[in-house]
Amino acid sequence: MTVELFVQYLFAGITYGAIYAIVAIGFNIIYNTTGIINFAQGEFVMLGGMISISLLPYLPLTLAIAVAVLVTMIFGALLEICFIRWLESPSVLRMIIITIGLSILTREAALHIWGESIRSLPYFVGNEITTVAIWGARISPQVLWVIGACGLMVLFLSLFFQTTSVGREMRACAANRKAAILCGINTRNMVTLSFVLSAGIGALAGCVMSPITSTEYSIGTGLAIKGFTVAILGGLGNSMAAVGAGLLLGILEAFSISVLPLAFKDAIAIAILLVILFVRPHGLFGSATAAGLKEF
Amino acid sequence: MKKLLPLAALVLIVVTVQIITEWTDTRFYLTQLTMSAYYALLIIGLCVVMGYAGQISLGHAGFFAIGGYLSAALTTHNLVAYQNSALIRMLDGLGVLVSGQDIYGDALIAVTPWAACAVAVVSAAVIAWILGIPVLKLKGHYLAMATLGFGIITYRIVLASEYFGEADGISEVPAFQLLPGLAVSGDFGAREENYYIAWGLLIIGMILLRNLIDSRVGRALRSIHGSEEAAASSGVDTARFKLQVFVLSAVFAAVAGVFLTHYNGGIGPSESGVMKSVRYVAIVAVGGMAHLWGAMIMGVILNFLSLRGVFGSYDDAVFGLILIVVMLFAPNGILSLNWRGYAYMIFRLATARKQSGGKTDGPA
Repeated sequence: MTVELFVQYLFAGITYGAIYAIVAIGFNIIYNTTGIINFAQGEFVMLGGMISISLLPYLPLTLAIAVAVLVTMIFGALLEICFIRWLESPSVLRMIIITIGLSILTREAALHIWGESIRSLPYFVGNEITTVAIWGARISPQVLWVIGACGLMVLFLSLFFQTTSVGREMRACAANRKAAILCGINTRNMVTLSFVLSAGIGALAGCVMSPITSTEYSIGTGLAIKGFTVAILGGLGNSMAAVGAGLLLGILEAFSISVLPLAFKDAIAIAILLVILFVRPHGLFGSATAAGLKEF
Repeated sequence: MKKLLPLAALVLIVVTVQIITEWTDTRFYLTQLTMSAYYALLIIGLCVVMGYAGQISLGHAGFFAIGGYLSAALTTHNLVAYQNSALIRMLDGLGVLVSGQDIYGDALIAVTPWAACAVAVVSAAVIAWILGIPVLKLKGHYLAMATLGFGIITYRIVLASEYFGEADGISEVPAFQLLPGLAVSGDFGAREENYYIAWGLLIIGMILLRNLIDSRVGRALRSIHGSEEAAASSGVDTARFKLQVFVLSAVFAAVAGVFLTHYNGGIGPSESGVMKSVRYVAIVAVGGMAHLWGAMIMGVILNFLSLRGVFGSYDDAVFGLILIVVMLFAPNGILSLNWRGYAYMIFRLATARKQSGGKTDGPA
C-alpha cells in the first residue's frame, strides 16, 4: 500500500471515527446522568441534518445549521420532559425500551414528513470535487470540517464539564445521584440538560457530515449501533475513551474495505467488538470494578 | 388440573377459530394466524430468557434466520454437479437426499426437509452454545450490545453471501412432509392442516416451557433473575442454567424459522434484521416479561395485526407507540394490569351513582 493510499484510508477512517465518537459521547452524557442508553441518539443526528436541509432554501447555511441544532435540542428536551422525567424510579430495562420506542416513532415521523428521498447539505467550501493535498492524498475540505467540528465539540464539552458550575453539577449527578440531591442539585433538571446537550452535539454532527454521507430518514439506527459499539468499546460513561475508540473503529472499518467486500464492513467492526468484549468485558478502557458496581 | 385448564381453553379457542372461519368463509385469516403462531413460538422462547433468566437478547432474529436460511438453502440448492463425489453418495446412502426435477425439468438433487431441519436446528443450538459461553458472562448494556452484534453479523452474512441468495433471499423452498399426508406448505388447499400444525407446535412449546418453569430449573432461573450473586452463593450453577435456557430459546427460534420458511416457500434477509429482534423483545415486554401466556397472546395478536396490514404504512410507528405506552403505564405488561380491580371499580362507581341518586330522601 502506497503512502498516498494509506493516508487516504486514514482520513476516511478518521472522518467516520469522529462522527461515531460524537454519537458515543451523546450516549455517554445521558448514561452518566441517568444510567441508561438512549437509543434515540442516532435520531438526533438524522434530525439535525434533515431540519437544516429543509431550512436551507430560506436561510443562509450557518443560520440554517444553528436553527436545526436549536430545534433538535428543544426536541431532546421535550422527549425527556414528556417520557422520562415523571417516571418514579423506573427500571433500566423499562427506560431502554422506552427510548427504543421513541427512536422508532421519531424515524417513522421523519419518514412521513420528509419521505424516503436521500438529501444532503451543500459542501461548506467548494464542491464535490474540490480537494486539498495532504501527503499526496486528495482530501475533501468537508472532511476537515467534520474533523474540526468534532474536535471542537470534544474540547468544548471537556471545558464545560471541568470548569463551569453546571458542568460540575452534572458530573456530581453521574458520580452519586443521592449525594448530588443532598447537595441541593436539581438532578431532574440535570437529566433534561443532558438530553439537550446530547441532542445538540448529535444535530451538529448530523449537519457537518451531511455533505459527505448524505441524510435520509433511516440513518439514525445505523449510527446509533455504531455509536453504541464505540461507547461500549471505550467503556460506558468515559467520553475521552469514546474518542479513542471511535477513531479506532473508524480506521479499522476504513482499512477493512481494502481487504474485504464492503458488505462485511459492519460485520468486521462488530466482530472485533465482540472479541474485545469477551477478553475485556468492561470495555477497552473501562475499569472492571466500576463495571461491577453498575446495576445494569 | 389447574395447569391443564388454560391449555385446554387454548385448544378450544384454536379449534373454534378454525370452525368460525369455515362458517363465515373467511379462511384467508388462517394464513396470518399460522404465521403468527410461528412467530409466537420464537417469542415464548425469548420470554423465558428475558423474563425468567433475566437476560436480554437483541439477536433472536439471527437464530430464526439461521434456522430458516439453512433449511431453505439445503433443500433448494442443486447438488447434481457433485453427484459423483463420495460425500454425496454417502449422504444418498443414508437416505437424506431427494432427487426430482426443478421447474425447468432439469434433474435436481437436494437434501430432504427432515435432514435439513435437523441440520438447521442443531446448527442454531451449537452456535447459541458457542456464542452463549462468552456472551452470557456479560451484563446489562454489554450483553445487549453483544447479542445485537451477533444479529447484525448474521444479517450481514446472509446479505453478502451468494449461497444465501444475497438481497433476494431464497425462494422455491419445497414443502416439508412431516408425516404422509401432512406437509408444511403454503398450498391454499392445505391451509387448515397448516394452521393446526403451527398451533400444535406452539401448544407443545407452551407445555414444554411451562413444565420447565415449574421445575427445579425454573426456580433456579428465577433466583438468577432476582440476584445472580445470591443464586450463585446458594449453589446454583448460574452460568450453566443461563446457557441451557439460551440454547433452548435459540432452538425454539430456529424451529420457528424452519417451519415458517417452508410455509412461506422462501425467506429474505429482512427476517434477520435488527428491527425484527427489537420487535420480538418489544412483544415480550408488552406481554409482561416473566409472563409466558402474556408473551404468547401478545405475540399472536400483534403479529396477526401487523401481518394483516391493519397498520398500513404506520406499522413500525404503531409498534413504537405500543412499546412506549405500555412501558409508561403498564411496565409489567398489559395482562398484569388489575383488570378485575378496574372492572370492580367501574361497577362500584356505576352502582354508587345510582345509590346516591336514590338516597337523596334518606337521612344525611
